[in-house]
Amino acid sequence: MTPTPDELNRFPVQIGRNSPIPAQFRGIEPGSGSTRLGVYVHVPFCSSRCGYCDFNTYTAAELGDSVRRDGFADVLAAEVGMAAASVGARTVDTVFVGGGTPTLLGADGLTRILDAIRGAFELAPDAEVTTEANPDSVDERRLADLRAGGFTRISFGMQSSAPGVLAVLDRTHTPGASVAAARAARRVGFEHVNLDLIYGTPGESDDDLRRSVTDVLEADVDHVSAYALIVEEGTPLARRVRRGEIAAPDDEVMADRYLLVDDLLTGAGFTWYEVSNWSRPGGECRHNLAYWHSDDWWGVGPGAHSHVDGVRWWNVKHPRTYAERLGADASPEQDREVLGPDERIVERVMLGLRLAEGLPLAALPVPERAEPEIESGLLVRAEAAADRLVLTRQGRLLADAVVRRLVA
Amino acid sequence: MPVPKPGSTDPSVIRNFCIIAHIDHGKSTLADRMLQQTGVVDARTMRAQYLDRMDIERERGITIKSQAVRLPYTGQDGNDYVLNMIDTPGHVDFTYEVSRSLAACEGAILLVDAAQGIEAQTLANLYLALENDLTIIPVLNKIDLPAAQPEKYAAELAHIIGCPAEDVLLVSAKTGVGVPELLEAIVHEIPAPEGNADAPARAMIFDSVYDTYRGVVTYVRVVDGHISTRERIQMMSTGAIHELLEVGVISPEPMAAAGLGVGEVGYLITGVKDVRQSRVGDTITSERKGATQPLAGYRDPKPMVFSGLYPIDGSDYPELRDALDKLKLNDAALVYEPETSAALGFGFRCGFLGLLHMEIVRERLEREAGLDLISTAPNVIYRVDLDDGTEVTVTNPSEFPTAKVARIFEPVVRSTIILPSDFVGTVMELCQQRRGTLLGMDYLSEDRVEMRYTLPLAEIVFDFFDQLKSRTRGYASLDYELSGEQESDLVKVDILLHGETVDAFSAIVHRDKAYSYGVTMAGKLKELIPRQQFEVPIQAAIGSRVIARENIRAIRKDVLAKCYGGDITRKRKLLEKQKEGKKRMKMVGRVEVPQEAFIAALSTTDAPQKK
Repeated sequence: MTPTPDELNRFPVQIGRNSPIPAQFRGIEPGSGSTRLGVYVHVPFCSSRCGYCDFNTYTAAELGDSVRRDGFADVLAAEVGMAAASVGARTVDTVFVGGGTPTLLGADGLTRILDAIRGAFELAPDAEVTTEANPDSVDERRLADLRAGGFTRISFGMQSSAPGVLAVLDRTHTPGASVAAARAARRVGFEHVNLDLIYGTPGESDDDLRRSVTDVLEADVDHVSAYALIVEEGTPLARRVRRGEIAAPDDEVMADRYLLVDDLLTGAGFTWYEVSNWSRPGGECRHNLAYWHSDDWWGVGPGAHSHVDGVRWWNVKHPRTYAERLGADASPEQDREVLGPDERIVERVMLGLRLAEGLPLAALPVPERAEPEIESGLLVRAEAAADRLVLTRQGRLLADAVVRRLVA
Repeated sequence: MPVPKPGSTDPSVIRNFCIIAHIDHGKSTLADRMLQQTGVVDARTMRAQYLDRMDIERERGITIKSQAVRLPYTGQDGNDYVLNMIDTPGHVDFTYEVSRSLAACEGAILLVDAAQGIEAQTLANLYLALENDLTIIPVLNKIDLPAAQPEKYAAELAHIIGCPAEDVLLVSAKTGVGVPELLEAIVHEIPAPEGNADAPARAMIFDSVYDTYRGVVTYVRVVDGHISTRERIQMMSTGAIHELLEVGVISPEPMAAAGLGVGEVGYLITGVKDVRQSRVGDTITSERKGATQPLAGYRDPKPMVFSGLYPIDGSDYPELRDALDKLKLNDAALVYEPETSAALGFGFRCGFLGLLHMEIVRERLEREAGLDLISTAPNVIYRVDLDDGTEVTVTNPSEFPTAKVARIFEPVVRSTIILPSDFVGTVMELCQQRRGTLLGMDYLSEDRVEMRYTLPLAEIVFDFFDQLKSRTRGYASLDYELSGEQESDLVKVDILLHGETVDAFSAIVHRDKAYSYGVTMAGKLKELIPRQQFEVPIQAAIGSRVIARENIRAIRKDVLAKCYGGDITRKRKLLEKQKEGKKRMKMVGRVEVPQEAFIAALSTTDAPQKK
């Protein structure tokens, strides 16, 4: 598909590699905003699709011959070049390769993308460079290659230790594989290792979850993300729930499980720093913090979202369309929004309140609205600074309701 | 011989008649054919549903309706006649208006679809016509349809009227077959009007319509004397005097005339702006040397069904008031007064002739004034005797006395249901559930039955018609008329949300049904009200006695697990949408109740359909 002139115009740059930055995109002219940038890279491939997943990812069978995995690192690298042409000289201090299953590109593919970032931008010496990985698709040697290629942090989708739960989620790895992979990552020198958990899967017991957290703690990681299972519209899981084959996740159970995870991790020396994220001191994911701080990042890849200087845009979702655009030196942008003052306020409250560091009282449109939330025990003033508001444990479970009332 | 002129027409050539028919049985098409075959509308200007379309057209600044059309007609005997076709309003709540239209006629065409047979409402109107001593001309229409069963339904009509089946005329209004014979039957069978031309003028109002440009247009039938333009007339029920600005007939366009004489039918314009000043059933006479005795049969319209009407957007209250004021100009039966509900805000307590009247008013308010409305469950009017001998009239559950009640009376109706005999069992069961008493049952034909029941009006206003239709697969038809009141064991059931009474949900019900009302309502609200951050008990109570209880569990988790770069736009938009939704929340104590929950809880099933 060839992009229309209109589509081309919407992108921050006219894609010819040497073309000038068009005047209509004033929002992110070089030097106008921050000097730093996060880069997210989306790898839209999986070997099989999990029933709960609604991410923008495709199996080889779904893509057929239209998209080649082996050349895809170069396509992504091409967008990195465009990013640099658009935002100009910035220091990239975090990189996060997610998916999909990034490791399907192989260590060399991932390294090639990282090299492209290094070539286009200045990569900070202490940059945090993360990739997600499927415990099945790495071994110690591949992990060593990734570490050697410049990756400093790795995140495995463990989800659960309970075979029954993994089966409901369609996960193909064995319960022990994630722990083994995490340990291997530590051995080859990854500074930071994360394991993802999903709780509240129908059929999961409290003991299943306890066991999962215990395993995570034994794996010697410094970061844990734990997510309540979301039954997303249009997924096979949603169909199974609708047909009554699987019970719908229960809110009460979800709330109890969340508190259980929090208790177990806190007891083991972890601290929550975002609603669904816990780390040992210094183990926070800097890249993700940039999202919650509304910093600038460029999302490379099909369907990836970007945010630079108050402009959010997102790429076309299908890898083939995406590759065709880039092949034609055209922008992969599908659409965008320019945030107005009200929208920025809403985002700041919505994102900032998710963090343990809290939100400055002054960021609220009507600061007095915090009072009833404090009274009902959902918000507290931060211990370190009385002018910052932080969710209580109860408040974390009702964060969206609190945000709705604060910005209403 | 010249065509007789209005004001100087010999009563002996006048034939006043109406057409009694069920909706869709072809009344408009028959009227079209009669306009054509009498020559009053020529082929060039003829169009389908000629009379129906005029009221939307507002030609010449007057909202013309087909209330009464004067058709000059040359009979096969060579004489000139004047046929006045008088319209009858078509539904159950307007029995009184129908009876006045019938009282303006000497004859009625009973028009029945030859493929469907007679319907309950047609039958009820036929009985009214017989009570008014009208000559009935039975006609089966649509005999050209393949599904027509003229023999079966002719026998049915003959059985009901008590005439030979051969006397039933067979007509196709669509093709015109049988219409010349019908016109001749009108001339020969319907008696000419009788009246005293020398007596003081007496004319009966059978319809009264508000027109934006001309004010109220009043349709009358002159009984005695003569009404001339430019004279002053008196409304006999109120004594009010009005100047006559215009007198005329519709033929089928409005035509001013010098006057109207005995037996004639036409319109008057006096410049009054409110149909309440020109009431259906009232007698008009001349100011000077007027009649002293009004014509019999006048009745004040009396609302029987009450409901609260509230704007969904509270700021629309002034618009609702203006819209009601405007509607009142054209609806003598509509009454309303301001009312405040803790749950629904500012609105109006409105009184209607019946359920259909209520639906029509609501629909017109919504359509013509562009308002979104919530209506509370309809209730009837109750008479309560207290222990100390005083009497209280209750039109709103909130007025229901809580103590010292000696006796409670509720209105009852006499209803007629016509249905295929297969459904007799299920309809009897329904009527029994609704506290009905069977008065009688007749077979109209082999497979069609007429059942007569006394039912409390309160039971009819509560989705009875929907139930009847669904139990008979749409084949039953219903008509009812008020027939006094009865003493009943009634109680008020309150619904409490987190300990607070929600006035909009209170209902007066029979004691035997209080429990089921409470359980149903509590269950419904449990589904409709979103979970709050605290547990919300829902209780149904009679006085302080709780008869049903449900609990809305507290919400414990309201947070999206994941919120990364690609989720932000979607999440913010969701939040903005929820913010909008919050604006439509009403607070009942500490409980947030979505507007939709009120609407859904108050709708019994679907809105009652037109009959």
